[in-house]
This record gives sequence, C-alpha cells and structure tokens, in this order.
Amino acid sequence: MSLNLKLEFSGGAELLVNKVKNHDITLPISSKLWTLRGLLDWIKDNLLAERPELFIQGGSVRPGILVLVNDADWELLGELEYELQDNDHIVFISTLHGG
Amino acid sequence: MPVQCAACGKKAILKRPKTADAMCRECFYWAFEEEIHKTIIDAKLFTPGDKVAIGASGGKDSTVLAYVMKALNDRYNYRLDLYLLSVDEGITGYRDDSLETVKRNRDQYCLPLKIVSYEDLYGWTMDAIVKEIGLKNNCTFCGVFRRQALDRGAMLTECNKIVTGHNADDIAETVIMNILRGDIARLRRCTAITTGQEGSLPRCKPFKYTYEKEIVMYAYFKKLDYFSTECIYSPNAYRGYARAFIKDVEKVRPSAIIDIIHSGESLSIKKDVKMPVQGTCTRCGYVSSQDVCKACLLLEGLNKGMPKLGIGKPHKVRKVRDIHGYV
Ligand SMILES: [Zn+2]
Ligand SMILES: [Zn+2]
Repeated sequence: MSLNLKLEFSGGAELLVNKVKNHDITLPISSKLWTLRGLLDWIKDNLLAERPELFIQGGSVRPGILVLVNDADWELLGELEYELQDNDHIVFISTLHGG
Repeated sequence: MPVQCAACGKKAILKRPKTADAMCRECFYWAFEEEIHKTIIDAKLFTPGDKVAIGASGGKDSTVLAYVMKALNDRYNYRLDLYLLSVDEGITGYRDDSLETVKRNRDQYCLPLKIVSYEDLYGWTMDAIVKEIGLKNNCTFCGVFRRQALDRGAMLTECNKIVTGHNADDIAETVIMNILRGDIARLRRCTAITTGQEGSLPRCKPFKYTYEKEIVMYAYFKKLDYFSTECIYSPNAYRGYARAFIKDVEKVRPSAIIDIIHSGESLSIKKDVKMPVQGTCTRCGYVSSQDVCKACLLLEGLNKGMPKLGIGKPHKVRKVRDIHGYV
C-alpha cells in the first residue's frame, strides 16, 4: 500500500524544483498518517534543489505561496494538519514572482 | 465535511483574505468582479468614449486586468475602447517570451495590441544597456524608461487613459518602501487611485483594493494564460524585502494590507515641507521636476559613454548626511 500524489508547482514556484511543474510521487504508508506538514518535510528532503528557505519557512510554506488541495484553498482544510488521501492533487502557486 | 460558501451554501473553494468568507467558485468570481466595478464607479475612473490602454506585461496582474476590464465593459456598458499596450524592453529570453503571452491574450480577449520598444523610443535595448553598464543600476534605467514608454505608446494609439495592474499588495509594498526611503513626494502619490498631471496621461489602478491572493486564485480557476518568471536582470532586492514583509504581516493579519494603504492615504504633509514642483522636460516635454527629465539624463549618459550621469540623487544624499551627521 502506498499513497500516490500529484504535485504541481507554478507561478514561479517551479523554479525551486528544477523548473519541473508536475511531479507524480508515491509516499510509503507508514504507521503515521501523512499530513501536509509531513509532505512539506518530504518536499524539502526530496525535491527542493537549493535554497529551501525560498519555499519553506518556520515549518510551513513561505508566506506568499498559495496552496490548493484538489482545487480548494488549503486555508479551508486545516492547512498543515490536512490528512492526505490517495490521488490528491496538491498545487503550490507562488505570488512572489513578477506581475 | 466540506466548508460551505457563505453566500449560497455550495462547496467553498477559497477563503477570502479581505473578509475571511469562504466562497464557492461562482460566488467568488462574482464578488471579485463586482468589487472592482464598485472601485471603478466610486472613483469615477472612466467616462464613456474613453480610449483606455491596458498596460500588459503578460504577467498575472495585467492578464487578469485585461480579462476583467473586458468583462465589466461588456456587462455594464462602460463604452470604453480597450487596447493592450506592451513595452518591449529588449530583454532576450524574458520579454520575448512574455510578449508571446500578450499576443495570445490579444487573440483570446479580442483586444487590439500595441507594442512599443525601448529600441525605437530610446535607441537602446536593455540588453545593450546592460552590456554597457553591467548589472548594477540597470533597474533604474528600466524603471525610468518604462514609465515614459507606456505614456508614449498610449499617445501613439491615441488613448487618453492608462490602466495598470497594480494591486493592493503592490501599493502596500510601495508605501513601506517610500517610508523607508523618506520619499515624501512619492509616498503621497503612491496611494492615489489615479495619478498623472498635465503633460502625461491619467493612470488608474482598478485593482487598488484587490488582494494579490485573489488575483492569482482568479487566474488559476479561470485558467487564464499568464507568464511568470523573474526578469533575468532584476533581483530587485529592496522591493523583495518589502514584499516579503508584506506577505509576513498578511499571514498574521490579512487586513494589514488594506490598513497600510489606509495609513499611506491618511498621512498629511506639513505645510513647510518642500515638495518638488512639476514642470516639463526642456528636451522631450515629458513631466519632470527638473529642467531635464531623468530619462533624458540617463540617455545622455549612455550616449556619451558616461552611464553614471543620471544615477542617484547626490544633492539629496549629501543633505541627509548633513542632517544626521553621517560620515
Ligand atoms: Zn456560492
Ligand atoms: Zn526628457
């Protein structure tokens, strides 16, 4: 058993993950449940190329990066505490890049 | 249990930063557009028959602005002639890509597009300027040239107004920067919804009260086609810090953005503070507080091979140092 997720980085956030917008990832199911908090740790260890502080600050995403889970604002879903489900689509959009 | 829309009870997709309301997609679109309509009406930004140039960079703000201006012009019959106006700074690998986005917007929204280039207006592309001066003051050149370029492009298309995509976050950020720099004249101007005096076209900011988060969410849900990357020449560090600061305080208290704009608007300037008097440039006729405008001065420096000529404000720096006893 494992947890499959579609991650999408856009608005300039893709520049922090080797300029690749879409990442299909598989997380091992462990005894603990996967939350968005755990996913951010995983992203930090596995995807962020350099300068992780441009994406993660104080254990959460850097202010100015929007997060959507299955096309809904994560602020409606408990943010870091949200429990990931199989086939979730998680989008990170930077608002910090040029307008 | 999914959170419900505060307006209609359907499944909410976003929490609005300004009001903390949860909203569904349709109610969010409606609220977003109606607030911009209200801003336009309350500030009397337009009169029927206006020819309006939309400053279009291909980025998120101007792309959403073009889309919403067109939608509201149709819905409320403003009777505006809308144009897309882009400035080509001549930055290979950056502006050429974003101009492709603007060209797609032209076709998607059926709006005529005018592109003016630094090369045509000034005889210099940004690539050539950077070759000459390096990466130190290039943003000064670019910023000063862009301001005039929009005006000139608008005049060439016989537009009588310019709208730009500056949003509430941008304006709050500019307030903070002007306070940190002690730039009283700009501090006073930067919160105005319409700027521009004699000699230049009126410039309006219909997104003055619109949060960046909502602009980006709107573009995302509507699948609007925009271009996002940093200018290859511009890690504008100073603005970057101000931007990060704004986002940090917004995280703690979302109303902070509107509050900072309000603070900027409420500041009054003592009568004995000397403000620059606006005249016109003796060389090009553009508005300027000096005999020769900044663009002409920068250009003279470039053409004479002395690119430092127009950089900085030596008198002001000296004065500040005298006052504070800096070395
Ligand atoms: Zn609704
Ligand atoms: Zn001039």
